[in-house]
Amino acid sequence: MSDALPEPTNALKATMQRRSLLKGTAGILATGIFPAVHSAEPLVLRYLGTAVNQDKAIAEKFKADTGITIQYVAVTTDDVTKRAVTAPNSFDLIDTEYFSLKKIVPTGNLKGIDVKRIKNADKITTLFTTGMVNGKAVGDQGTAPKKVIFLEGEKSKKFSATPTQYMSLIPTVYNADTLGIRPDLIKRPITSWAELLNPEFKGKAAILNIPSIGIMDAAMVVEAMGIYKYPDKGNMTKKEIDLTIKTLIEAKKQGQFRALWKDFNESVNLMSSGEVVIQSMWSPAVTAVRTKGIACTFQPLKEGYRAWAAGFGLPATLKGRTLDGAYEFINWFLDGWAGAYLNRQGYYSAVLETAKSKMEAYEWAYWMEGKSATQDIKSPNGDLLAKVGQIRDGGSYEARMGGIACWNALMDENNYMVQKWNEFVAA
Amino acid sequence: MSTPTAPLPSPTPAPGRSLSAWWQATPLTAVFAVFFLVPLALILMVSFWDFNEYELLPGFTFKNYIAIFDGCGNTSEMCVTLKTYLSTFKFCFMVWLITLVVGFAVSYFLAFHIQSQGTQTLLFVLCTIPFWTSNVIRMISWVPLLGRNGLVNQGLMGAGLVDQPVEWLLFSDFSVTLAFVHLYTMFMIVPIFNSMMRIDRSLLEAANDSGASGWQTLWNVIVPLSRTGIIIGSIFVITIVMGDFVTVGVMGGQQIASIGKIIQVQTSYLQFPLAAANAVILLAIVLMIIWALTRLVDIRKEL
Repeated sequence: MSDALPEPTNALKATMQRRSLLKGTAGILATGIFPAVHSAEPLVLRYLGTAVNQDKAIAEKFKADTGITIQYVAVTTDDVTKRAVTAPNSFDLIDTEYFSLKKIVPTGNLKGIDVKRIKNADKITTLFTTGMVNGKAVGDQGTAPKKVIFLEGEKSKKFSATPTQYMSLIPTVYNADTLGIRPDLIKRPITSWAELLNPEFKGKAAILNIPSIGIMDAAMVVEAMGIYKYPDKGNMTKKEIDLTIKTLIEAKKQGQFRALWKDFNESVNLMSSGEVVIQSMWSPAVTAVRTKGIACTFQPLKEGYRAWAAGFGLPATLKGRTLDGAYEFINWFLDGWAGAYLNRQGYYSAVLETAKSKMEAYEWAYWMEGKSATQDIKSPNGDLLAKVGQIRDGGSYEARMGGIACWNALMDENNYMVQKWNEFVAA
Repeated sequence: MSTPTAPLPSPTPAPGRSLSAWWQATPLTAVFAVFFLVPLALILMVSFWDFNEYELLPGFTFKNYIAIFDGCGNTSEMCVTLKTYLSTFKFCFMVWLITLVVGFAVSYFLAFHIQSQGTQTLLFVLCTIPFWTSNVIRMISWVPLLGRNGLVNQGLMGAGLVDQPVEWLLFSDFSVTLAFVHLYTMFMIVPIFNSMMRIDRSLLEAANDSGASGWQTLWNVIVPLSRTGIIIGSIFVITIVMGDFVTVGVMGGQQIASIGKIIQVQTSYLQFPLAAANAVILLAIVLMIIWALTRLVDIRKEL
């Protein structure tokens, strides 16, 4: 009996110690005297955006450079807006398009980004801040970024017409879209948006089924066909919407469209399978078709381009280390490596100067200056995009971005437009 | 297999009326209330709210319902909502009819022609193969088969049957119906097969002995006794097709209207009240169809 005594006593003692230790720890935690342990936790940024911009290589490089993990949350363009409006605490960084801002900013769910904390803020291309490319103003119909890029204050729900210290979004990527064609199946030059509804391509055309973007493409076609000239394609009246949709419905009833597409891969499949020979298309989708060894042209047209731009925004509730991490990511993103990466994919980066420093001279000449390739041009993951001597579709940065006719937009009559678009789909 | 209909004497009087029975039913009731009734009530409520570009405005308005039927009084051209419902009903009817005929035939074969239970199980599992991959993959796999330069067209042109590729194979009513039948025939087979297995085989012998032909036995004995399975299968297929937007989208080249698609577009543009109103109407219509179907058979009694 006596031999057995010490054991329970020890056990009891141990329990007591563990209890008091737990109590003590809880007490310390409650007073917050454990910051060193707390901040050693690895930082994870939840990055909400579309799959197109969420590149694994970018997250890996950023992690290697800073130790911060980027956790991609990939949803569709429409869902990015929906999440920003309905669930603003489900992400730490949002990558969305400028035209969506008219829906997001009035909710107060975004925080103005302090340009003083952005190292390269003053080097952001003038296309965003003043709407100019090389001192020449480009088309500003629709939701041009210069109209929505500045906020009145950090917590403002209103846009500022003049530059302020607070930006709504820091631009990441942008481009100017046009029609994609299969030159091997069309066999003649295409120069106008009107060709999309040319009966010659009956049953072989497709248009984008994201209403707010599709309607802009339709408007480009309507103008090119000489049916009507819009005062602002990006903000139509009900009558103008009716006219645009009527044109689309007539074409649909004639059997013009093979399909409508909603996501990147759909457009790639339609084009590479030859179901469609002409359609509204995104530049990287054209690249994707081409890397399969199929001829596809991102066709410059005389009426100009429909431009779009995306950028990083911060949710209003973000604070502390996560906020610092988000700023660190934005600064890193504008610092050149990511910019060069995006430029090599056929997008454009927000700060050209830093991107240039991370690109080879021949790459810069091909992608940005519209010169013929002096060496084979490869995509960031090594696919051959262009052989020696080829020139980029649409030419130089100046030629392409200078040729913008309008921007993706959110109209005042958006609800009516969506309703009419459903009518087009149902026709 | 069949049991006499006389109820078994129960040990306690009026089963299900005691307090403990109510308690036992509580968890399921709670789950049902939280995950079904409450959301449904919310949808009904929101369908009467107003909205703008970025927020829902609580209130009470019939605006959304009026917007849905906007222009439906016009006699010269049908409004979008009616057109969409008509197109949805059309698919619903065609898919229902085809899956019923195919499902019935397959079940009949499995239940009455296959004698060994092992083979029966094997063939039944074979029927479930389409369910081994995701919906969307099953649909997309049709595209390279039916496309302009697809296998079917290559075959037809190679055999000299056509000079031009057949265009209506893909992105058409045909391809949508085909995909639906491919995806959902199983929902017919299972309940019909189940009903058929419960048919007393001596009834078939009796019919045979009385001199009934094969068709007479089928029509007067098997079909009436499989009724429960047919109705349950029909409910499955009809409710799925009425609400579907993915199949119609992918196989119809995104240019065939369906009520589910309209709701999806509206939610993606934050027009939740409009979408809710549409959902309420759709639900009412589907409930009416199910109510009509259950008039034909008392499912509770038959199961």
